[in-house]
Amino acid sequence: MSWLLSAQGVHKTFGAVVAAHDLQVNIRAGERISLIGSNGAGKTTFVNMITGYIQPDAGHILLDGQSITGMTPRDITRLGVARSFQIPQLYPSMSVLDNMLVAQTTQDNQLSWWRAAHSAAARERAEALLARFNLLAYRHRLVAELPGGVRKLIDIALAMMGSPKLLLLDEPTSGVAAEEKFPMMDTVMQALEGQALTALFVEHDMDIVSRYCQRVIAFYSGRIIADDVPSVALAHADVRRYVTGERDA
Amino acid sequence: MAKLLFTALVVLLGCLGVGLVLPKWLQFMLTMAMANGLVSLGLVILMRGGVVAFGQGLMAALGGYTAALVFEHFQWTEALALPLLGGLSAMLITAPFAPLLARYRGIFFSMLTLALSMVGYGLLVKTDALGGSDGINMGRVHLLGHVLPDEWVSYSLLAVTMCFVALSLVWAKVYFASTRGLVTRAIRDNELRVEYMGGSVAQTMAINFVVAAFLAGMGGALAVMALGHIDPNFSYWTTSGEFVFVAILAGSQSVMAVMLSSVLLEVVRSFSSAYFPTTWQLALGLFLLLVIRFLPQGLGALWRSKPQEEAP
Repeated sequence: MSWLLSAQGVHKTFGAVVAAHDLQVNIRAGERISLIGSNGAGKTTFVNMITGYIQPDAGHILLDGQSITGMTPRDITRLGVARSFQIPQLYPSMSVLDNMLVAQTTQDNQLSWWRAAHSAAARERAEALLARFNLLAYRHRLVAELPGGVRKLIDIALAMMGSPKLLLLDEPTSGVAAEEKFPMMDTVMQALEGQALTALFVEHDMDIVSRYCQRVIAFYSGRIIADDVPSVALAHADVRRYVTGERDA
Repeated sequence: MAKLLFTALVVLLGCLGVGLVLPKWLQFMLTMAMANGLVSLGLVILMRGGVVAFGQGLMAALGGYTAALVFEHFQWTEALALPLLGGLSAMLITAPFAPLLARYRGIFFSMLTLALSMVGYGLLVKTDALGGSDGINMGRVHLLGHVLPDEWVSYSLLAVTMCFVALSLVWAKVYFASTRGLVTRAIRDNELRVEYMGGSVAQTMAINFVVAAFLAGMGGALAVMALGHIDPNFSYWTTSGEFVFVAILAGSQSVMAVMLSSVLLEVVRSFSSAYFPTTWQLALGLFLLLVIRFLPQGLGALWRSKPQEEAP
């Protein structure tokens, strides 16, 4: 079987801390997967290794059968991997529309001395994506002026601009008010609907995990302790003990 | 684009017309102001990416020395070719350093450019073939193969400078609105995200640096054509500081503001040094303080509109 993403024996340590221990993960195209685990379990390290921000000490990561180990974040992005960040990484002094146009320009590698950034076609495409995230009304607002939840959505919309194959969302609901989490995830899932992409969420909220993901990969101390559908993975004894903090009755 | 070119042409023709009736001293002053403005325009391009170079004086000197040397040794006297040659020379000499400089930000970038310019200054002072600390002279340039008569020299050089400035401003305006220009602004805000979007920050910054060198070299050559002389002081750090002064005064939002700021500096310098020669820098410093306090985005912010706001 051909996997969209395959991690084979991936290992990473930071001094004495083992952040990834012989990870074996295979992901099919189109899956919606949640990475869960307590702080320091190795979820973000795994995401950072996929995106090339940090390199594994051993093992290989393959995207569509091609090794991306050792590649720069830029090269990996060009292959169709995009990510959002736990703390939104935006261009605060620019308008929302300009943020989208930067994403479009860089992801499509359309750097030009004379081609106007605000061409009708570019605006139309950016605005269409903003509309899918219910952000169209904000398009002329400066990002610096916007609330955290909106910035989270813009961060994800930026990652979506290049029509990626693999989308990595690092804690998309962190810092968002409890009552806004589900509406926000509904918006994200609606925007992803109909897209031929695979999504990996790093998430702490188990209600979000249960509702929006088809598969859960649970991390503990750099190891994978469960990899299954949410109902099974979340019921796993180690997940209950080390991730959700529940005790057996 | 057609509207921009038409507007530029109308403004250029208007300025050329006004230039005709100006006294010679003012024609010379404007020529110098606009030639220096080109150097600051390059700085503004760098500032839009979040870095400030303190060595643009050296880039201007490279262009100026190239024009003077080519004029003296090869008898290339064409006023329309020498500035381009100056720009090209500054660009080519600077290009090998661009990949190194593109890796640095903030004060480290500024200090590196300053250090390079001081090395260049030292070399110019010690190189006898370039006239050492005395520099070298340059004769009167020709325009389209014609010798310039005495009474038209000043105006002709002003007109040539205006044409180069107009072309540069149009190009800069197109560049600022281009995809590459937009990414340059994004780099200032968050270069990590630009890299994660697939953009090359180092490449963009290196290209901007080389382009800034071209503009500085062109400005230096135009200034030397008007002055008829160049010496190592062109590359001294205080000269670079004046270009930075103009760029900060102008801000990075408007290309026209760069030229206005350069003219303003030249006017203040000329009149202040005439009426209070020992304290004019004080007036200049106070003026800059006021601009930073009340117009932190520079003079260009006076006529650049803010992004339109809509209620969500």
